[in-house]
Amino acid sequence: MIIIGVVIVTALVIMTAIAPWIAPYSPIKTRIGGTIRAPPSLQFPMGTNHLGQDMLSRTLYGGSIMLQVSALSVLVCFLIGVPIGLFSSYVGGMLDRTLSLIIDAVYAFPGLVIAIAIAAMLGPGVINMALSIAVVYIPSYFRIVRSQVLSIKELTYVEAARAAGAKWHTVLIRYIFPNVIPSIVIVATINFADAVLTAAGLTFIGLGVTYDIPDWGWDLTNGRAYLRSGAWWIITFPGIMIVLLALGFTLIGEGLSEMLNPKLQR
Amino acid sequence: MPLLEIDSLAVDYRTSRGSVHAVDDVSFCLEKGDTLGLAGESGSGKSTLGLSIIRLIPYPGVISNGHIKIDGKDIVRLPEEEMRHIRGKRVAYIFQDPMVSLNPVKKIGAHFCELIRTHEPKTSKEQADNRAKNVLKDLGILPERINDYPHQFSGGMRQRIMIGLAIALNPDLVIADEPTTALDVVVQAKILDLLEDLRKAYGMALILISHDLSIILERCDKIIVMYAGHMVEYASSAELHKDPRHPYTQGLLQSIPNIELSDQKLSAIPGSPPNMVNPPKGCRFWPRCSYAKEECRIKEPALIDVGRNHLVRCVLYGKEGASIE
Repeated sequence: MIIIGVVIVTALVIMTAIAPWIAPYSPIKTRIGGTIRAPPSLQFPMGTNHLGQDMLSRTLYGGSIMLQVSALSVLVCFLIGVPIGLFSSYVGGMLDRTLSLIIDAVYAFPGLVIAIAIAAMLGPGVINMALSIAVVYIPSYFRIVRSQVLSIKELTYVEAARAAGAKWHTVLIRYIFPNVIPSIVIVATINFADAVLTAAGLTFIGLGVTYDIPDWGWDLTNGRAYLRSGAWWIITFPGIMIVLLALGFTLIGEGLSEMLNPKLQR
Repeated sequence: MPLLEIDSLAVDYRTSRGSVHAVDDVSFCLEKGDTLGLAGESGSGKSTLGLSIIRLIPYPGVISNGHIKIDGKDIVRLPEEEMRHIRGKRVAYIFQDPMVSLNPVKKIGAHFCELIRTHEPKTSKEQADNRAKNVLKDLGILPERINDYPHQFSGGMRQRIMIGLAIALNPDLVIADEPTTALDVVVQAKILDLLEDLRKAYGMALILISHDLSIILERCDKIIVMYAGHMVEYASSAELHKDPRHPYTQGLLQSIPNIELSDQKLSAIPGSPPNMVNPPKGCRFWPRCSYAKEECRIKEPALIDVGRNHLVRCVLYGKEGASIE
């Protein structure tokens, strides 16, 4: 399972990386065949979009932004949400209550709205998009980690570790954290898929990347308008790519949780 | 100097509905190599007493009175960092349920390795592994299995591993809290034999906590019977078996089946343990006691010596006792 996931994600990453050499046309040149919305043909295997840009080239190029934004946001969430959740829950008391209150306040806002607000504040760009998505997702990590730690820290093996004289940070890092990872991986997978969609949403309202950078999300959102007039190819190929990317990361997530949890091993 | 000296210890759980005196006025001494049994029902405070010796009473429990001295050093107010060096190294604790006492994501070897290197940081990983293998041999588990995960072992094997972890650093005292309650009877006997053999081989003292008085009578030199946080009787096991004084102890002994008596009727102690937020006034056992008199409801009896180092907390023995009031 993890191998299939890694193959898919690696293939997409490589495809995006070598796009400049394998793409038949420039992904941003408009009216490339003299027409717009040309259906798939030998000349344009995936057709052209409403601006007359070659969809094959755009599909090959278009993963770059998604990959960067998603990976970056997952990384930021992980590095901030997980340690705060672990620490807050393990220490407990006033610190935990205060942090939970703040995080729940963030959680109360609809995700896309808060991402739009932050992206509007920070301005367009990959890092800013990633940061605004991260803010939306940190509460999920925090809450999952916190609730898991609350139950794990009461388990006998944690008590046994303390009874054997383990330092408090050893208990937290070696006994509690590894047992939380499977849950974090699941959140990270959902986070990844959602980051892709949120990135597309931000691009659509002009807070993501500019239209001259090829992006699956951009193609998907814009191409949707032409689906009714029969131009199915504009959204189909970027759509498949996004699904593949999300699938790849889901498979990696599942595989990882299996590897990290010896109980699921055969 | 005794290895462990507990003096008028009281442990409270401070809840919003009031303080629960889980352990109240408990005093005893334990010499090197001694075996002591703590017997009592659920909620009698025996586990709390055990955990207070390593100062790991769960929140909101606090030691509200008394002293716990290990080699003459009072640990009640010892800084956490010094306490950490006692746990595992001087005093080891074995928990009740072996199925959840080992970290599921760590191999058995890693459990030993971490324990050894926590207390002896200079030990290399290879040395720790070798020591772990030697301990496993003592436990009757193949040394190669240090590379297995906890879920690959049965309950009895896991409890043997817990015992191995407890003795790995050769502590002075092992506290075993219901070590065999989660296991079946055959495995129970094997585990207790193993614990006894290793205890003798390593010269450790043992506190065995159990609700099963028969196990304690068989395995321990001395016995404390606990009821509702109080020590109600303290005696050597031979003495207690022959001459139980407290009505509660008598009740416990009468509820143990004896295969030599074919027409023996087992008697149960009527009622259930008291509400600990609001325990009965006077003797805590009087509502269930068939000898209860008027004075039992008024005055809490003192622990009195009835001879041969046999202590009992009951008014029935007040008149002949040496240290009455």
